[in-house]
Amino acid sequence: MTKDPLRGAVLRALGDVAPDADLTGLDGGADLREALEIDSMDFLNLAIAVRDATGVEVPEADMPRLATLDAWVAYLDERLRAGAGS
Amino acid sequence: MIEFRMPSLGADMDEGTLLEWRIAPGDRVHRGDIVAVVDTDKAEIEVESWQEGTVEQIVVPVGRKVPVGELLATFREDGAAVAEKEERPASSAAAENGERPAPSAAAEKVARPAPAATPAAVERPIPAARAEPPRTSSPAPAPARFRATPLARRLAAERGLDLAALAGTGPDGAITRDDVEAAATAPAATPTPMPMPTASAPASQSQSQPEPTSGMRRAIAAAMQRAKREIPHYYLETALDFGAARAWLEAANRERPIDARLLPPALLLRAVARALREVPELNGFWIDDRLEIAEAVHLGFAVSLRGGGGLLTPVVRDADAKSVDEIMRALRELVSRARAGRLRSSEVGGATCTVTSLGERGVDKVFGIIAPPQVAMVGFGAIAERPWVRDGWLAARPVLTATLSADHRASDGQRGARFLARVARLLEHPEE
Repeated sequence: MTKDPLRGAVLRALGDVAPDADLTGLDGGADLREALEIDSMDFLNLAIAVRDATGVEVPEADMPRLATLDAWVAYLDERLRAGAGS
Repeated sequence: MIEFRMPSLGADMDEGTLLEWRIAPGDRVHRGDIVAVVDTDKAEIEVESWQEGTVEQIVVPVGRKVPVGELLATFREDGAAVAEKEERPASSAAAENGERPAPSAAAEKVARPAPAATPAAVERPIPAARAEPPRTSSPAPAPARFRATPLARRLAAERGLDLAALAGTGPDGAITRDDVEAAATAPAATPTPMPMPTASAPASQSQSQPEPTSGMRRAIAAAMQRAKREIPHYYLETALDFGAARAWLEAANRERPIDARLLPPALLLRAVARALREVPELNGFWIDDRLEIAEAVHLGFAVSLRGGGGLLTPVVRDADAKSVDEIMRALRELVSRARAGRLRSSEVGGATCTVTSLGERGVDKVFGIIAPPQVAMVGFGAIAERPWVRDGWLAARPVLTATLSADHRASDGQRGARFLARVARLLEHPEE
């Protein structure tokens, strides 16, 4: 999966997890907690939704790295290239 | 005949607006089936039926605001004969109800034009909802039946769009943000010219304009005023070392799939639930000048809505009997549905005590305002590295401050202190 579809997958997951959040014009480098007012519960649900969409399960230790949309895309790309689908 | 009445979906709810019927005459209703969606001013709640039968008559049409306890529909019990059809249709029956309060709150809402077309979300006909609008003094005619996400509703209100005229592309035909944005980019009307500043205008261009008060904010304001007026609060706080709990969570999560991961709120609620068992004076209601201690522990958990949308408190029932995994599953489900505007009537109201946590917003501590008729509210702040003395040594530890706001009519400080001490003990020894 290239980065564009990965970005789309994460955005769709964000929309599912936080349907009341405004994703319009979300900056890839913006801190998701600040920009979308999402909390740890939302983050967990996001990780589950992304796992369902991409097959990549994020270990808890890696969660702090995923503060922005760009970070999510880069992480997923790295994991999928490494062949770690689950 | 079974009477289905407007339920109380919160201690401060006096009336609700019927947004949607999920049933029609002739439908079979089972216990737990969602039969309607009601707007309580704080949230849109899916209302379940706790009785079984066959829908006989829809009494109140969509869009009508009715007081708690008002008859909404009737069901026929199994084996009962079909009632003789009344001469008057359901809409006229509703219109004749002179006891319905004046819809003053409805007048303050965004006015909705008459329904334009069959909403996309309708799956079965609702004859009563499409009947002739009741001729009452209501200033706002009944809106069309549709579903929309909370964000879509807010954006539509901001852009002056009629949700009833939009087709939804979301789940079950719900109107989404994208649907509203697409409608907003349709050819615009003649733009309103910017008003030119007059000679008497202040030099500053940042003159503030009063914001209209939302239904949610009015409901919260009324509840908080009542709480502060009626309840003599006392306040306690205690700091605790969250290190052991954090280590326990990390160890537990290392062995779990992501769907089963635990977060600190699950531990916090479990500790509160168990401590309430030991100090029952904080788990109940102050009614008619006396304390009624609740048999069960149903914990309300404050959930903030994004964009300044207010606050909801869904309820984790029987929290003291649940494992931390069960509490976590309940929390995930309730928080998701609260923010999506899809809470059910069984998930709101009936809390015997409420918990609020603002730790993720960075505050050290929060003293909540008790929601009457409850007699206590527990608050948790941020988990932050702070100086802490342990075994005579000063060290940096993850410290959490737990607070208690309690009703002095129901309990004294000593009991409140015992409760907080127990919460701290349970969190500092999560293996217990």
